[in-house]
Amino acid sequence: MRFELIRRDRASLEMALMAPVLALLAAGLVSWALFAAMGVPAGRALWTIAATPFSTWYDFSEVLVKTAPLLLIAQGLAIGFRARVFNIGAEGQLLIGAICASAIPVLLPSAGSPLLWVAMMALGMVGGAAWAAIAAFWRTRLNANEILVTLMLSLIAAQILTYLLLGPWKDPMGMNFPQTRMFQPGALLPGLLPGTRVNLSLLFGVAATIAAYVFMQRSVTGFRLIVTGTAPRAAGYAGVSAARGVWLSLLISGAAAGLAGAAEVAGPLGQLQRSISQGYGFAAIIVAYLGGLHPVGIAVSSLVMSAIYIGGDNAMVFADLPQSAVLVVQGLLLTFYLIAATFVRYRIAWTGTARA
Amino acid sequence: MTPGATSGPASGQPEAGHPEPPRQGSQPEPGCDVPLLRLRGVSKSYGAVQANRGVDLTVMPGSIHAILGENGAGKSTLMKMIYGVEAPDAGQIEWNGAPVALTSPSEAGRLGIGMVFQHFSLFDTLTVLENVALVVPGSPRRLAARIATLGRDYGLQVDATEYVGALSVGERQRVEILRCLMQDPRLLILDEPTAVLPPQMVTRLFSTLRVLRDRGVSILFISHKLDEIRELCDAATVLRDGQVTGHADPRDTDTRSLTRMMIGRDLPPALPAEPGGAEGAVQLQLSQLDWTNPDPYAPDLRGIDLKLRGHEIVGIAGISGNGQSELCALISGETRLPTRAAGAIALRGQSVGAMGAAGRRALGLAYVPEERLGHGAVPEMTLWQNALLTAQSRGLTRRGMVDRRAALRFAQDCIAGFDVRTAGPEAEAGSLSGGNLQKFVVGREIMLAPSVLLVEQPTWGVDVAAAAEIRRRLIEMRNAGCAILVISEELDELFEICDRLHVLHDGRLSPSLVTARTTPEEVGEWMIGAGRPDAAPAGKGGGTGPARPGSSGTNADRPDTARPDSARPAPSHPDRSDPAAEGPGAGAASEGSDHAV
Repeated sequence: MRFELIRRDRASLEMALMAPVLALLAAGLVSWALFAAMGVPAGRALWTIAATPFSTWYDFSEVLVKTAPLLLIAQGLAIGFRARVFNIGAEGQLLIGAICASAIPVLLPSAGSPLLWVAMMALGMVGGAAWAAIAAFWRTRLNANEILVTLMLSLIAAQILTYLLLGPWKDPMGMNFPQTRMFQPGALLPGLLPGTRVNLSLLFGVAATIAAYVFMQRSVTGFRLIVTGTAPRAAGYAGVSAARGVWLSLLISGAAAGLAGAAEVAGPLGQLQRSISQGYGFAAIIVAYLGGLHPVGIAVSSLVMSAIYIGGDNAMVFADLPQSAVLVVQGLLLTFYLIAATFVRYRIAWTGTARA
Repeated sequence: MTPGATSGPASGQPEAGHPEPPRQGSQPEPGCDVPLLRLRGVSKSYGAVQANRGVDLTVMPGSIHAILGENGAGKSTLMKMIYGVEAPDAGQIEWNGAPVALTSPSEAGRLGIGMVFQHFSLFDTLTVLENVALVVPGSPRRLAARIATLGRDYGLQVDATEYVGALSVGERQRVEILRCLMQDPRLLILDEPTAVLPPQMVTRLFSTLRVLRDRGVSILFISHKLDEIRELCDAATVLRDGQVTGHADPRDTDTRSLTRMMIGRDLPPALPAEPGGAEGAVQLQLSQLDWTNPDPYAPDLRGIDLKLRGHEIVGIAGISGNGQSELCALISGETRLPTRAAGAIALRGQSVGAMGAAGRRALGLAYVPEERLGHGAVPEMTLWQNALLTAQSRGLTRRGMVDRRAALRFAQDCIAGFDVRTAGPEAEAGSLSGGNLQKFVVGREIMLAPSVLLVEQPTWGVDVAAAAEIRRRLIEMRNAGCAILVISEELDELFEICDRLHVLHDGRLSPSLVTARTTPEEVGEWMIGAGRPDAAPAGKGGGTGPARPGSSGTNADRPDTARPDSARPAPSHPDRSDPAAEGPGAGAASEGSDHAV
């Protein structure tokens, strides 16, 4: 039996909705086989990953805590991805955003305003956007590939963070741990749900979702961005500037990642540490694609992805799963999603046996 | 169409119910009654599109058989099945009376079927000999000797050591034909071979084909040009909408009946391109426009002078790849000149050479590009979104937001006004047939009410009636005062609608020729770079500056590019002065795989 892919007359909506579900099922199946091969009780591990995040109110509130940064970053990235500007370095922009935001409480430990966090958020966005702007500059000036530049800038950002935490910003009372001092109350985000760690950053994510929806689905600028992504020649023909699209995409996604970083240090952590991110910047790429690069889809996929984080943590404890297993599950998800997404625009035709 | 209804060996019997019963053709070689190739009830569809339906075709040995049909009638698909590129969904192919399964071009080649695609599959960066050696086994020395012998025998002389990138289109075509001949084919398929040739070269190609036929090679000649077919072919099969609408002997069938088989009715009368009357102001002016092409195999533009006024249609003739796409990009603003050279392009009195496409559109320029998918329209977007692409200024946006309802209305008007066959404004542009999308893009740009309209290949792939309608609209716009620049390979079309003509050859523009006072032959000479400086310069004040030195000596100065003569033995490459006539990269092994459906 041979088969070929035949382009559909138009994108299939059913398939667009089914793709993430199929990806989840396939990733679950392969992970199950993988866990079983590793000698881990596979059924229990998968159950732990899939069910425990929703089993208690505390677990679910932790899911929401992780949803906030993923949602925020993924909404920003998706805008760029639809313009075919691939910012792979949201991780670095997040770190720089966190660093910039931390500058206020670290350098002004005695500042007492209860609204310090507002300035921190603003600074975080500026920092993230500025870090992404480096890639935009080289892309528009020298046509340097933004995938490589943003990715490598992430490594530099991580080194800057390490330098600050081991050197000038190290907490003098911190027993030599690589972290800053704890921030003063005014530098912390207000909580959202009493009794949990959920804070204002979840609202940032929701606001970003609404803004992204209006921007990408309704505004002329968003329309132009999508044109530069889908048909660059048509964009040039219509007089849409490709350079502007690159700048806009990178600045928006950089600012979103920077804000997420600022919200992490001012939120659940309350200080700048080396492990502020847990790979949110990279996981958000998967979130963006799993959500079909659509603002509403991303809202759902960010919940799913953070549940996998929490479930993976639980599985580590209860099912003896290694830490990297969660990364494997994430990778499988993206792979299967990309495969499934092919069928949004193509269908399989079986061409009998030998060709006549 | 009833499959298997063919009865005459070379030309099938007319099927019942056809408006014009085609006459039975005479046999070129009596006594030879096993057909070389026979198709019975062959069908092929691509998704929802049926490209061929129950096609019957019989090709006799030693015959030049025409496949006649409009763009999109299914000619290319049919040839791809005969050449083994595509497999038929139904039906049978017989070769020398025995059924065969043509699973690949190499299988077809083994049987003795060769094909010359419209877009050549040659590598620019290899020599003629190397290109041949890629396909034909044998030592370079033997191959070179065979290239020379075959070239002499069939009037296909080329220099085997020359790089293909340096050859003219005519020469490249010779290389393609040679390469097929070296595999001793019994059937040679030529897909629109004259589309890329200036008129003078066509005669030469035809004599080559006749020699081939006389030596026993059958030829399938695909074309939509009736005069050529009546001159050359001894049998014809006419296709319309993927079906055979008749078999005929073109030598004794008149053009009108052939036309009716081809388009299903009589040809609409040609519109007289009466002069617009009023002489408008200069709307677009190119003065000594120079541009160096970053692509080494594509021509640079040199010293281009052009004046385009309101109330006139100016045509630019020439074989594509001579700088047409580069010129269009420079006029539309997709390619910008450096600021110091910005004055070379003036739009409505303003220097715009360094301005982007959006700015020029704001000044009143509209543009219909040659390539619809991905250039004139975004295939993945709906028609109303594609309306938004260039028609934002027509009230389709409100305070930075898309006014979806207004865009839908605009698209609906365009669909209705230009007879675009589609499910509606929500259909994706990529789901439209080429001709319908062309109508949509032309319609959209016309609806912008531009003062300057730049149109590339206005009726490419559009059926005859729609083509006539597009031409009528263009003339209507001209009469209303619009300045229109048409760039086309179809000389007939340019002669029909243009007030003045230029010819673009190797990045240089001929002086302006008044259409009413020039001839296709004169234009053809400019197309191969042999134009005379004493050619009638423009009337209508349009003109260009004095003839450029260097490019335009007298004939005596340029013996090499003297009038090409098809009968000439031609060892001196009459069209060699055409070094890079194919488009950027177009020569590089493209399989010519346009779905003509």
